[in-house]
Amino acid sequence: MAAEAPTDAVAPAPPAADGALAGLRWALARDLKLAFRSRAELGVQLLFYVIVVTLFPLATTPERNLLSTMGPGVLWVAALLASLLSLPRLFATDHADGTLEQIALSSYPLEALVSGKIAAHWLTTGLPVVLLAPLLGLQYYMDGESLAILAMGLLIGTPILSLLGAIGAALTLGLKSGGGLLALLILPLYVPVLIFGAGAVDAVRAGLGATANLSLLGAGLALALVGAPFAAAAAVRIALD
Amino acid sequence: MALNWFKLSSPASFYPVAGAMIPWFAWGAAILAAIGLWLGFGIAPSDFQQGEVYRIIFIHVPSAWMSMFLYVVMAVWGALLLGFGTRLSGMMAQAIAPTGALMTFVALWTGALWGRPTWGTYWAWDARMTSELILLFLYLGLIALRQAIGDPRRADRACAVLSIVGVVNIPIIYFSVQWWNTLHQGASVKLTGSSMETTMLAGMLVMSFAFWFYSIAVVLARLRVIILERERDATWVGALAEVRAAGQGAAR
Amino acid sequence: MNHWHFILGAYGLTLVLLVVEVLSVRARRRAAARTAAASGAPAREGSPGALRTPH
Repeated sequence: MAAEAPTDAVAPAPPAADGALAGLRWALARDLKLAFRSRAELGVQLLFYVIVVTLFPLATTPERNLLSTMGPGVLWVAALLASLLSLPRLFATDHADGTLEQIALSSYPLEALVSGKIAAHWLTTGLPVVLLAPLLGLQYYMDGESLAILAMGLLIGTPILSLLGAIGAALTLGLKSGGGLLALLILPLYVPVLIFGAGAVDAVRAGLGATANLSLLGAGLALALVGAPFAAAAAVRIALD
Repeated sequence: MALNWFKLSSPASFYPVAGAMIPWFAWGAAILAAIGLWLGFGIAPSDFQQGEVYRIIFIHVPSAWMSMFLYVVMAVWGALLLGFGTRLSGMMAQAIAPTGALMTFVALWTGALWGRPTWGTYWAWDARMTSELILLFLYLGLIALRQAIGDPRRADRACAVLSIVGVVNIPIIYFSVQWWNTLHQGASVKLTGSSMETTMLAGMLVMSFAFWFYSIAVVLARLRVIILERERDATWVGALAEVRAAGQGAAR
Repeated sequence: MNHWHFILGAYGLTLVLLVVEVLSVRARRRAAARTAAASGAPAREGSPGALRTPH
């Protein structure tokens, strides 16, 4: 953390121009640049996901049928945990060196800037999980159809995790209890995502089709896309006051 | 009513009003509970299938309804805080959370004890039970967040945001019984009528009001304590009889 | 299986919890009154040497 290059070098402050989309693009580009500077950290997060997924067969059973039943659930839970692991950093590093206050004071709407940060978080944490999970699903003897539904569910669901997680990260900004409290606050909100995401795969296996579950996930995503940036921005303002 | 509601929005002016309200609601709760239990145990007949154990419903349903209702009320106070900035709104939300958590726990506990003899299991991962459990975690999270934030103003506002975000869970609990065909029986009380036997329904409704009155009394009592804690330096607090008594007690 | 055990358990624990809730609010209230008496008193009495405790 301390060895990170000063964030000033990436972009000193948001440009004076207005516009929500410009603000979003600015925050997204900046966070992505910062993330790629610590590529090792991104790698560590992915490795965490792989390791957690690998733990379950070791702890439970190598038996084929049981693993393939467990598979979707494990891959989803690990995705939740990976998201929680990376969330505290969403606002904390900027908050520590005062950049967050500058961002909040800029003429860009804070909601747009927060959205950009969330998008960057998803691209660096969620999307890799979406791409990696089907491969790991093979470890669980999951068939092609299950893997496809799993990937689709994660594709819709991981952005929700980032969106809701940002609210939690902003609410717990600067608090000592940080990560644990964040998990306690956010996991109840994550549960429906988990249920519908893993449920989609189970439904397909049972022959019922994943449409219902995936549609509900989609509805959740729509709701989160509209509501979460406002809630997260409000939470950031509350934390900065 | 000619009452100017905004006059009541300061902790100092609401404190005595709350104090006057509490005895009415406390006694009301006791009387309603007596009537409700008399209806529930004395009048309502045994259930055709479940025998006597269905009588747990007279606690289970009221507490479940209160757990959802209190959360929504708490979220509304949170919204009022964010909208108007009145300190009392934040204190109200703070006062509600523990009672809401208690109601949720009672609903889960009585549900488990009802489920075991009736359906053979203390717990099932059906939609309503799971979302009620999530509601408990939401309440506990709110209490934890408030404790973690030192500044009361920031704590008020952070909890307000969190409670509003979590309010999505309430419709899920309420409608889950319709959306998913699972262990939980379908809604037996609807606005248009009820499929329950009249005396059972009457007992349940009276007990619901009893729980409601109890919740109001306890929440107002806790609110007064919170006001004392947060306004302790104010002159009017020092003038209160009990504070002066406590001061003299310490001086002795 | 004696069903009355379940009924007792349900009603009994509920009653206990409600009583505990009321008692804990009362205890918290006494503590708050004591703290209010202690912390506010010097400031309110306005005694010459006393510093107003900042809050």
